[in-house]
Amino acid sequence: MSARIIAYAITLVALIAVPYWISGDYYINVASQILFYAIFALGLNILVGYAGLVSLGHAGLLGITAYAAGYTLQAGFGHTTAILVALVLGVAAMAIYAVLSLRATGIGFIMITLALGEIIWGLAYRWISITGGDNGINLHGRPEPFGISLDSPSAFYYATLVVFLVALAAVAVFVRSPLGAALMGTRDQPRRMNALGYHVWAIRFWACLLSGLLTAISAVLFVYYTQFISPQALDLTASAEVLLMVISGGAGTLLGPIVGACLVVVVKSVVSGYIERWNMLLGAIFVAIVILMPEGLVPGTMRLWRLAWRKAERRSGKAEAKP
Amino acid sequence: MTFWLLLTANSVTFGGLLFLLAAGFSLIFGLMRIPNLTHGSLFMIGAYFGATFAGGMLGTMFNFWVAALMSAVLVALFGAAIERLLLRQLPGQPLAQVLVTLGISFMVADFCLMVWGGDPIAVATPPELVGFVRAGPLVFPLYRIAVIGIAAVVAIALWLLLDRTRLGAMIRAGVDDPEMARVVGIRVSQLFTIVFALGAGLAAFAGVIGGPILSVYPGLDQYMLPLALVVVILGGSGSLVGSIVGSLVIGFIYNFGQALLPELAYFVLFLPMLLVLLLRPQGLFGRFVP
Repeated sequence: MSARIIAYAITLVALIAVPYWISGDYYINVASQILFYAIFALGLNILVGYAGLVSLGHAGLLGITAYAAGYTLQAGFGHTTAILVALVLGVAAMAIYAVLSLRATGIGFIMITLALGEIIWGLAYRWISITGGDNGINLHGRPEPFGISLDSPSAFYYATLVVFLVALAAVAVFVRSPLGAALMGTRDQPRRMNALGYHVWAIRFWACLLSGLLTAISAVLFVYYTQFISPQALDLTASAEVLLMVISGGAGTLLGPIVGACLVVVVKSVVSGYIERWNMLLGAIFVAIVILMPEGLVPGTMRLWRLAWRKAERRSGKAEAKP
Repeated sequence: MTFWLLLTANSVTFGGLLFLLAAGFSLIFGLMRIPNLTHGSLFMIGAYFGATFAGGMLGTMFNFWVAALMSAVLVALFGAAIERLLLRQLPGQPLAQVLVTLGISFMVADFCLMVWGGDPIAVATPPELVGFVRAGPLVFPLYRIAVIGIAAVVAIALWLLLDRTRLGAMIRAGVDDPEMARVVGIRVSQLFTIVFALGAGLAAFAGVIGGPILSVYPGLDQYMLPLALVVVILGGSGSLVGSIVGSLVIGFIYNFGQALLPELAYFVLFLPMLLVLLLRPQGLFGRFVP
């Protein structure tokens, strides 16, 4: 237990020290991206991992929040108003998503969320008078919480880190809470949960809202980071990327989506500097992970680690027994 | 008046094209219980193959129809390979299968971008179908009428296949109750490959036929896939009548929406789907709820 606390402390210190041991604004920006994508992936993981509901339309939610923030700022409101409006609209959009898509589970849920995501993409792309179409919406300036300017990469990184840690703690608490346990119950045995008197639909609905809130928070960070929102941020590829983060890292684990976000962002921003074919690689990783390591990198590595550990233990046990 | 008639005729043409695409999607969905997310990519790569063969990019100019058939056969083989080599690895895991089809769709899209570049490629209308049909005040391209005819012929052929042959009976049995079909000795997994190849071939054929109307460009896959999805959700999976009705309804809504509410065309398209999901989740003619 104490080893675990030490590991946490080391990780935390390493995260805080990122702007010092990483040189160059570019890489600090990559670190910020990893953090807000990790929040996004944590949000999707609540549905994919803990509720067993695979959504292919989460980028649409990100889009609604980001567009709401951009539009409110463009209309001349302050950052606080813009962020609040964006978060409320993002969660409200998730509520609509949930009401429509929770009629189904499994494949049906995928299809409905996919269709909803495409509707929002279509609106962003075509409803030019509101969204600016392909030109998108530009933002100007970042908010200044407590008078601290977030314009420099490292300041923005710290702001993102704080939000990320709060989000991570919230998800950790949620997963261990009775509601989290009930949610996993509805994933594994929905009929039994129903027979036990749990309201399966309501439990899933609350999980959706939490997922939507995390998505909206990451969307606000995203839009302040890029200072720009266009339909490209919410197409099917974007939804698939987040899903890849969750699945590659390991759905239904706390660490998995974070590792997945790390993997995808690094591959995307570093590898795409060398080769052009990012989508080819994305697809190949997707296929390879689903077929070869369906449980994801984190549980997969843990399983291999435990296997190796047990083997080593048996060997040392034999070695001790011999003399 | 002419405007409305023209819009109606265009809607039927687009509906016919959608039917060619969605019929395979619906059969695959009905039998294997997965939405094949590569279907848009198969349509697109089929269209690119067709443009390559018919446009003489390989040295020889093939006849348009020969090019369409060659493209359909090539993509059908590709579909069979996907099913045999990848989806077969994940039996009974529909979720994982869907993710694999999603991954392949990205690879195909990037492959097309790599080979054919980012510029749209126009596909020439076959010379025998260049021209217009005049009916009173109405002037309508001959090719679009031919598309309606082709869709009708394919619909009849599929109906004969499904309703009159032994293979069709086996497919229908597999759609209705895969376990029972296995019990009575039908090799359902072999049907999977056949139906997947058939659906892929049809999608590629639709891509070539649609070439002169839509042209071929990167992103065509993501443009067509949601349309196929909506048709099948609306019409119900695994049902031929459902695909026909769904395609026509969507063809009408899409064309009228684009003409009357251009900014909201995509949104209007999905309204009937939401209504069906709320009121009749198995689709208008579907046999099961996905």
